[in-house]
Amino acid sequence: MWSKLTLFISIGVLVLMALGAIFAPLLAAYPPNEMVFTAFQPPGEAGLLGSDGLGRDLFSRILFGMRYTFLVTIVATSLAGAIGVTLAMIAALNKGWVDIVIGRAVDILMSVPQIIFALIILAISGVSLYTLIATMAVLQSSTYFRVTRPIAGDLATMEYVEVARLRGEGLSWYLFREILPNMIPSLLAQFGLGLSSAALFISSLSFLGIGIQPPAADLGGLVRENALALAAGRWTPLVPAMCIAAFCLSVNGVVDWLVGRYSDRPEAR
Amino acid sequence: MSAFANSPVRSFVLARLASGLVSIFFISILVFLGTALLPGDAANALLGQNATPETVLALREVLGLDRPLVLRYLAWLGNALQGDFGTSLSNGQQVTSLLAPRLVNSLILASSAAVIVVPLAVGIGLVAAMHRGKVADTVIGSVSSLFLSMPSFLIGYLVVFIFAVQLGILPSLSMVRASSSLTAWMIALALPVLTLVLVAQAHIIKLTRAAVLGVMSTDYIMMAQTKGIPRNTIFFRHALPNALSPIVSICMMSVAYMIVDVVVIEAVFNYPGMGKLMVDAVAYRDIPIVQACGVLFSTIFVALNFLADLLAMLINPRQRLPRKGN
Amino acid sequence: MTDTRILTISNLKVEAGPNLLLDDVSIHVDRGEVLGLIGESGAGKSTLALGAIALFRSGCQPTGGSITLSGQSLLELDAAGLDTVRRTKAAYVAQSAAAAFNPFYRLEDQVTEVPAMRGHLSRAERHRMAAALFEELQLPDPENFGRRYPHQVSGGQLQRAMIAMALINQPDLIIFDEPTTALDVTTQIEVLRLIRKVTRTHNCAALYISHDLAVVSQMADRIVVMRNGRMVEQGPTRQLVDNPQTEYAQRLVANQGEGTYAAGNDNAQTLLEVSHVDVGYGALTAVKDASIALGAGSVLALVGESGSGKTTLARAIAGLQPVRTGAVRMRGETLAPLVERRTFDQRRLVQYIHQLPDLALNGRQTIREIVGRPLAFFHGIKGAAADARLRELMEAIELPADYLDRYPASLSGGQKQRICIARSLAAKPDILICDEITSALDPLVEESIIRLLTKLIEEEALSILFITHNLGLALRFSHETAVMQSGQILEYGPTRAVFETPQSDYTRRLIGAVPQLREGWLDGVSRAAG
Repeated sequence: MWSKLTLFISIGVLVLMALGAIFAPLLAAYPPNEMVFTAFQPPGEAGLLGSDGLGRDLFSRILFGMRYTFLVTIVATSLAGAIGVTLAMIAALNKGWVDIVIGRAVDILMSVPQIIFALIILAISGVSLYTLIATMAVLQSSTYFRVTRPIAGDLATMEYVEVARLRGEGLSWYLFREILPNMIPSLLAQFGLGLSSAALFISSLSFLGIGIQPPAADLGGLVRENALALAAGRWTPLVPAMCIAAFCLSVNGVVDWLVGRYSDRPEAR
Repeated sequence: MSAFANSPVRSFVLARLASGLVSIFFISILVFLGTALLPGDAANALLGQNATPETVLALREVLGLDRPLVLRYLAWLGNALQGDFGTSLSNGQQVTSLLAPRLVNSLILASSAAVIVVPLAVGIGLVAAMHRGKVADTVIGSVSSLFLSMPSFLIGYLVVFIFAVQLGILPSLSMVRASSSLTAWMIALALPVLTLVLVAQAHIIKLTRAAVLGVMSTDYIMMAQTKGIPRNTIFFRHALPNALSPIVSICMMSVAYMIVDVVVIEAVFNYPGMGKLMVDAVAYRDIPIVQACGVLFSTIFVALNFLADLLAMLINPRQRLPRKGN
Repeated sequence: MTDTRILTISNLKVEAGPNLLLDDVSIHVDRGEVLGLIGESGAGKSTLALGAIALFRSGCQPTGGSITLSGQSLLELDAAGLDTVRRTKAAYVAQSAAAAFNPFYRLEDQVTEVPAMRGHLSRAERHRMAAALFEELQLPDPENFGRRYPHQVSGGQLQRAMIAMALINQPDLIIFDEPTTALDVTTQIEVLRLIRKVTRTHNCAALYISHDLAVVSQMADRIVVMRNGRMVEQGPTRQLVDNPQTEYAQRLVANQGEGTYAAGNDNAQTLLEVSHVDVGYGALTAVKDASIALGAGSVLALVGESGSGKTTLARAIAGLQPVRTGAVRMRGETLAPLVERRTFDQRRLVQYIHQLPDLALNGRQTIREIVGRPLAFFHGIKGAAADARLRELMEAIELPADYLDRYPASLSGGQKQRICIARSLAAKPDILICDEITSALDPLVEESIIRLLTKLIEEEALSILFITHNLGLALRFSHETAVMQSGQILEYGPTRAVFETPQSDYTRRLIGAVPQLREGWLDGVSRAAG
């Protein structure tokens, strides 16, 4: 009973946030980058959440900020997943030197903390939307590989894969008909966790000033911009940060439910 | 130890040392290569608006950017191994002298938090495992999930909001110098350490709980039940030692990640540590500092992970001692 | 009277949610007596075994009846009380010794753990106790054996250490839960003899659980036959074996009995020829100089214990593993060492069936997809024609056609194995390589699969290479037998000749080690071994 409730709340929150992000231009009372108010006005007098240090409407900025956060998060995670899982399946099927080379490369990649790595790459290549997404995709793909490779490896040694080998099936048959369908539950869980950690990652980068650049801002950047207001006793700067937390909590909630559901095998049609 | 020469431990140590060194080399190469691949290099970036072909060329010569890549790398590496990381591009000081105090500050922050969080979080994880399925476990689990979904800066600012703003008992910014008194240090460290503890604990709790429960569901635990060994004795004598190996691993890895979490936390509190130094350097494209910080952070990270695996291996008799046949 | 009756279980009922694991079960065991519990998987034997010490796996609870051990009513005791009873009155010997020992502690520490708790013994005393028992159980180097860790000793030795751990307490009741199932036939003999000896010397009551009637008949004074949580029949061993009353017991007994040899076909042309084949990995040679031949319409059994190389040889013939020297020929054509390099027809004509049907069927595909794939792949048959052929195949394997739309998870082990057979038949092969296909199945299910194969050999003109560790099975099913040990073929020829006049010592020992139903077999073997 409890788990159904958490599931509905999680889905509800995600749907709300998605709608907010998609329909931001319609829902925002004021354009996000225009200075319509005086600085640091409290909520009520200046829009739903007050105004920021430059007099912009915070609520509108949050709506548009969600767009950036979700865009980077979803694209980077999807790319990372595609790269990591494909490499894992190829490594598992090939064994031999392909497996060893890819494995070593991933080991080296993962032996460096991700944020340090990102800082270095972004220092060198400069910060833009593309470099951010690319960097995150490469870094996260190593996690996908690390987790998926043993699963793919187990599946690749399954007897039913051997049966396919004895027939003489081709590579695409293995990948898409034998192995991938059996990986779906764990892939879903991984994807959910990936979304969650990607959202935290991009927010941290933006918070540090090395993410989405001003005047645009994602949720992390909004926290950075409004941190000063905290000293003045206003909690409104915490709102974008709590949006991030709400997103991660909801994604994890859905993933937990999916994992619980999918560990049952399919019964007769 | 005569047993050491042939033991699986020795081969492990050698293999991991080798791979650890490779990783650090890789980072240094990556950092270095990047600077060479820049469209318009550091000289351009530094001069900015004032870049004319002559000035760029002159600055390149000064910076030594006109020599072949491999030579530059080897020179840099040689210097680095002697502790000389070059000079900062933004303020001309020796990187090493800039870095040293900052590194110490970050280590103080991270170790203070580590000393607190490891026993605390492992203890809570054990409690959750002992009371599996009951109220305590569910509460601990939900709170952990909550913390895991929160970005570290959110936790930081919440801490600031509660203690600095509302309660007013601690400062929101941690401005200390090496010359400050011990009390000043402790006051400055209080909130950042609290934040770091809160950030790190959730993961340790979850993984400790999982490790212990994993051990509790093994056959040899059931065997202990058939022998009539009381539940508490089973938990502490039979289950925990086997969970010790993964728990030590988890703790060391979390400590390794703490070194990294400090980057964000130092930004929140304006704490003069290596993390803040690196972030500022990235913003100003001060490459020598970024290189030095990157290599140092990675080295610490790799070393801690290596220690984690080594300790885990030493604790586990199955991995420590070789198999003997019939 | 009360002193001699150690265990009384009356009308015990154990449920796990909607499932009834034990239904109204009543047994009793006296001091000095061994009660055998026999049944197939799912019969509830393990539940009953653990129930004797009132230990129930998570999710299971007792919902009726009573358990009395050494005068104490177990279901009325609290956790501390139960712990005391388990420490002092009973001992449990599990099926897998490797899983039962804690990898963290030395063997002698674990074996003497309970006496140390009861009596506060010194280190030296514990060592002496352990060494004495290790010696009684004929373990090598008993003085130092206990200093080792579990992962450092072999399976058979570990099993004996577990028996030592059970005996050290002088329990009233020892529960043996399939203690030799995981062991080789030759190792099993040693352990069985020891168990018989120690239960007699220590004068305790014993419960002996197994699915192998022959083993139980040698160990137990009385036998209880179980099925689906209920008791089917019980009585003194000789009576049950010689004169079983219920149909189920009769089938079990008949299954173990001496069968007749399969009739061979001497004029069969050679279909598959293996000549002087070596198979190895790097420095290790798993199969040395193997030469066998499979005739059309006949069954060749490849028999050996684990590590004999029989599976490696089978896999090499199938092309899953390359041969190093020698050749495999089918109808005169040499087959390429790796299956990827063989021709389409060569791949079609040799089909391989694995031991574990759970792993050989892709859980995400329906039976229709699984069996239909070879039809489409090898013969290009799809659509309505495929549907018709699939129904024929289901009939051939004696399963209803509506199973086609099911997923493997909803089928039993025996049914899954039949599907694997159907999948091989769909290709229309000449040769079936069966790799221990019935080893994971219950004896009666195994028998039905063998009957099915016998029928199919006739109907589909098949030849079978049958790999097994079960000599009795080879005897009843194959026309020719090859016996392997350590990678070499020690014995090869018509089955009758191999069994009645074995050439090598090993074969003689192997034949002698197969448990028989007849009275005094185990004693006979013990005497022969000296």
